[in-house]
Amino acid sequence: MKEYQTITEISGPLVFAEVDEPVGYDEIVEIETPQGETLRGQVLESSEGLVSIQVFEGTGGIDRNASVRFLGETMKMPVTEDLLGRVLDGSGRPIDGGPEIVPEERQDIVGAAINPYSREYPEEFIQTGVSSIDGMNTLVRGQKLPIFSGSGLPHNDLALQIARQATVPEEEGDEETEFAVIFGAMGITQEEANEFMDDFERTGALERSVVFMNLADDPAVERTVTPRLALTTAEYLAFEKDYHVLVILTDITNYCEALREIGAAREEVPGRRGYPGYMYTDLAQLYERAGRLKDRDGSVTQIPILTMPGDDDTHPIPDLTGYITEGQIVMDRDLHSQGIEPPVNVLPSLSRLMDDGIGEGLTRGDHGDVSDQMYAGYAEGEDLRDLVNIVGREALSERDNKFLDFADRFEAEFVEQGYDTNRTIEETLGIGWDLLSDLPKEELNRIDEEFIAEYYHEDEEAEAVQAD
Amino acid sequence: MSQADETQTVDQDGVIESVSGPVVTAADLDARMNDVVYVGDEGLMGEVIEIEGNLTTIQVYEETSGVGPGEPVENTGEPLSVDLGPGMLDTIYDGVQRPLDELEEKMNSAFLDRGVDAPGIDVEKQWEFTPTVSEGDSVEPGDIIGEVPETASITHKVMVPPDFEGGEITSIEAGDFTVEEPVAELSSGEDVTMHQEWPVRQARPAAEKRTPTVPLQSGQRIQDGLFPIAKGGTAAIPGPFGSGKTVTQHQLAKWSDADIVVYVGCGERGNEMTEVIEDFPNLEDPMTGKPLMSRTCLIANTSNMPVAARESCIYTGITIAEYFRDMGYDVALMADSTSRWAEAMREISSRLEEMPGEEGYPAYLAAALSEFYERAGLFENVNGTEGSVTAIGAVSPPGGDFSEPVTQNTLRIVKTFWALDADLAERRHFPSINWNESYSLYRQQLDPWFVENVAEDWPEVRQWAIDVLDEEDELQEIVQLVGKDALPEDQQLTLEVARYLREAWLQQDAFHDVDTYCEPTKTYRMLQAIKTFNDEAFDALDAGVPVEEIQSVDAAPRLNRMGTADEWSEFIDELETNLAEQIRELY
Ligand SMILES: Nc1ncnc2c1ncn2[C@@H]1O[C@H](COP(=O)(O)OP(=O)(O)OP(=O)(O)O)[C@@H](O)[C@H]1O
Ligand SMILES: [Mg+2]
Repeated sequence: MKEYQTITEISGPLVFAEVDEPVGYDEIVEIETPQGETLRGQVLESSEGLVSIQVFEGTGGIDRNASVRFLGETMKMPVTEDLLGRVLDGSGRPIDGGPEIVPEERQDIVGAAINPYSREYPEEFIQTGVSSIDGMNTLVRGQKLPIFSGSGLPHNDLALQIARQATVPEEEGDEETEFAVIFGAMGITQEEANEFMDDFERTGALERSVVFMNLADDPAVERTVTPRLALTTAEYLAFEKDYHVLVILTDITNYCEALREIGAAREEVPGRRGYPGYMYTDLAQLYERAGRLKDRDGSVTQIPILTMPGDDDTHPIPDLTGYITEGQIVMDRDLHSQGIEPPVNVLPSLSRLMDDGIGEGLTRGDHGDVSDQMYAGYAEGEDLRDLVNIVGREALSERDNKFLDFADRFEAEFVEQGYDTNRTIEETLGIGWDLLSDLPKEELNRIDEEFIAEYYHEDEEAEAVQAD
Repeated sequence: MSQADETQTVDQDGVIESVSGPVVTAADLDARMNDVVYVGDEGLMGEVIEIEGNLTTIQVYEETSGVGPGEPVENTGEPLSVDLGPGMLDTIYDGVQRPLDELEEKMNSAFLDRGVDAPGIDVEKQWEFTPTVSEGDSVEPGDIIGEVPETASITHKVMVPPDFEGGEITSIEAGDFTVEEPVAELSSGEDVTMHQEWPVRQARPAAEKRTPTVPLQSGQRIQDGLFPIAKGGTAAIPGPFGSGKTVTQHQLAKWSDADIVVYVGCGERGNEMTEVIEDFPNLEDPMTGKPLMSRTCLIANTSNMPVAARESCIYTGITIAEYFRDMGYDVALMADSTSRWAEAMREISSRLEEMPGEEGYPAYLAAALSEFYERAGLFENVNGTEGSVTAIGAVSPPGGDFSEPVTQNTLRIVKTFWALDADLAERRHFPSINWNESYSLYRQQLDPWFVENVAEDWPEVRQWAIDVLDEEDELQEIVQLVGKDALPEDQQLTLEVARYLREAWLQQDAFHDVDTYCEPTKTYRMLQAIKTFNDEAFDALDAGVPVEEIQSVDAAPRLNRMGTADEWSEFIDELETNLAEQIRELY
């Protein structure tokens, strides 16, 4: 291994060094500062005689006398089942005071793409116990379903609730399988990190978790590596050790900011709002590392969290994410200020894998119809709210008033449940039918007549009217 | 150069100078533009995209991590080509036509390794060849000389390659052959095999482009009913994420009456390709009753696969489509999504430090898009048969804003515009094709077909539906201010009719066993039933019946069940009778 003292330029997170032998693209570099500190980086561009290096910890402390070593390999994650229960920093080094990690394998962190031919289509229902998800935006094993949130909204509470409650209802006799949780923090505050750690410790979840921590005051460039370490670990546990793995990555927005910073330092032509033009491809290389494989028992399910700058879902970060992931759960500021917990706005939310994961034999035969009908009903009620503000309730027909009531009850009874309530899918659908039974039967045009006959209950509607 | 030629070691024709992501420059390489080269010790496949002095720039179709200066580059001296021949249907390829099942086997892994080659068509498999011409016949380039049963539904036509000279057939015989064995010999000395190669960036020749007059029946009500596309036509489906582009493309791939479907998953999700692989073998083509997969060729460059192969996958797809067109087939090509293709061009272009055009896209974006869509059309082939390529591209505009360059440049070219609408998708109105914004410039030229094959008054009934929907759009603005009950009764009734048009007719559930496919006759009959309600209702209103009474006849909400009813014809007959009876009873 050759050592160079040939740094010619230092700019932002980048270092340029002259070399006299070829260096591979993406290879790992160690830089030793004159103070004796060792920093790590990665080759961003390699040409005859000159390489540019992106330094994970930032370039602070590096000067032209620093020495540069090329390790001759791309970045690897040491993986082993013993990682479960461990807390690592954003570069994968233990920070929990525990023993050295003895790896079983060292895997390239830039995971190779899964051959689409080798995938198995995800269709196993995960019960999260959250009605707005299970009932309306069902999550399945192997899905990538992000939470689109805003700053100050309780996305962490929801993510933790999912991590605590998620189970896959198995056939009778079989044991319910628990998820192994991989938690990748990118640039979150110590306080937020504590929130997660306390919950993991309190519930005993830490034992079946691997935590990667890059906090707000950790180097920004390291954030580009943290999720890749997390996902490499997830793939190992899922596809070599048969675990069902739930990966929570937060906050993707900080990850994207780091990409932007590196792009700017490289003087690249920026894309929309200054983010690199290749951000779609880059994000896809994270999100597509979810799924199921033929002939393997494990799975990788991803719940990335992102905070939408300005609550704007057309901002490049949520926009590009939405184009890659299999739906999104959207948190809403108005619902939050009304005290709805969790404040999920189902209308812009979506689970694209829902259709194959629900129905007869999976959840219940009427699930899809109930969900469609509630979407339609809630959307209609929402529209009418604007009109009510103008003309008042009296000016509306009886039918319209029913839809208004439906929208209100939908938020107050179906979406609202608190972070400690764990509802079965039967309970969720039951609440759905309670609300739908307040609408006139002939309005339920999304629901098969057979299901209306089975589940619609007029008597309760009459009772409700009397109670009014 | 194509995959059928196996290369083992990399010859040193040139040397790598620099590596930056998918872009590699090499020195001392004697190459032409678009030549295929093998890069580095592992022999990664790439294509020459710029030559400047002694330096050649290459886009590499595989990951370049670990590749460095000094490693060799080998030139094949041939442009990027596809292998054409029997065995392309019922297959899934990557962006440079490597069969993904073969790659799985060769790599012995579910993950895509690199530096592994696999021919586009199986060179060992034997096919049953039956000549359709005889010794002594004279054949020209493009002519069909024999047939091979390729899949359950498709007969492969073996053709004289377009770049042959042609001549008299000196020998031809029926029998089992591999694609490399000659099936015919010509007086010119040329041997015809079942294997052709064609450079992907070059359109295959045709005799003449014609005006299409036959619709590609989509089995989707809003498309057949309001915005039809012709066989040989072009269409764009722009829409924000989650609005239904992929489901719309899948629906067309499943239910349209094309002979062959080429489905290009360009920069989208892996699972969406898996879904097709898992579903299509179990679905029946409504026309032939044969498994859908046997007429389908899939090309997948998912969003995490190398970006350079994303740029090429569209060309691979359209070249395969043209080849089947040459046999006289109607081919439908879906590209999901052309935006990812444009972004791949942008990424490569920016690494070349080319002068960017609008929003960083290369200045040749518009030209590349129109070149692609120009390869669609209804053609008289060089062998005298008629075939078509219908091109349908999804567009994924950033932020859902249609004013961006890819949408705008596409709209300048395509003649059918299915505009997807986030608001409709949010309320789960699917397909979320916005009926006010969408259009089809094929309507007039396809009307005679609909009149002849579906219903004589098709154009009039359709116009009636459009008028009602337009009127609803205007009335909604007033309703937003004063509420529906403040409108005069006839307008309230129009709103009710429009609601049935939207909810019972335009809306169609892709995931419902029956509703997912709707033949044009059913589309027409459903519309007629709503019109029956309309006509009866307005008669009743004229006779003084209050609008609420008309609206609440029992039969009316049954209109919503037409799409999902098992025996739709009987259901609609009965419903129309009941509607008329029940409304007439009111006065
Ligand atoms: N015709 C339809 N019938 C029923 N559901 C539909 C229909 N079209 C779309 N959907 C629903 O909308 C969801 C999103 O559709 P789709 O995946 O096609 O969006 P998209 O426009 O391709 O998004 P992206 O740009 O992110 O790929 C589907 O998962 C499905 O639930
Ligand atoms: Mg899509």
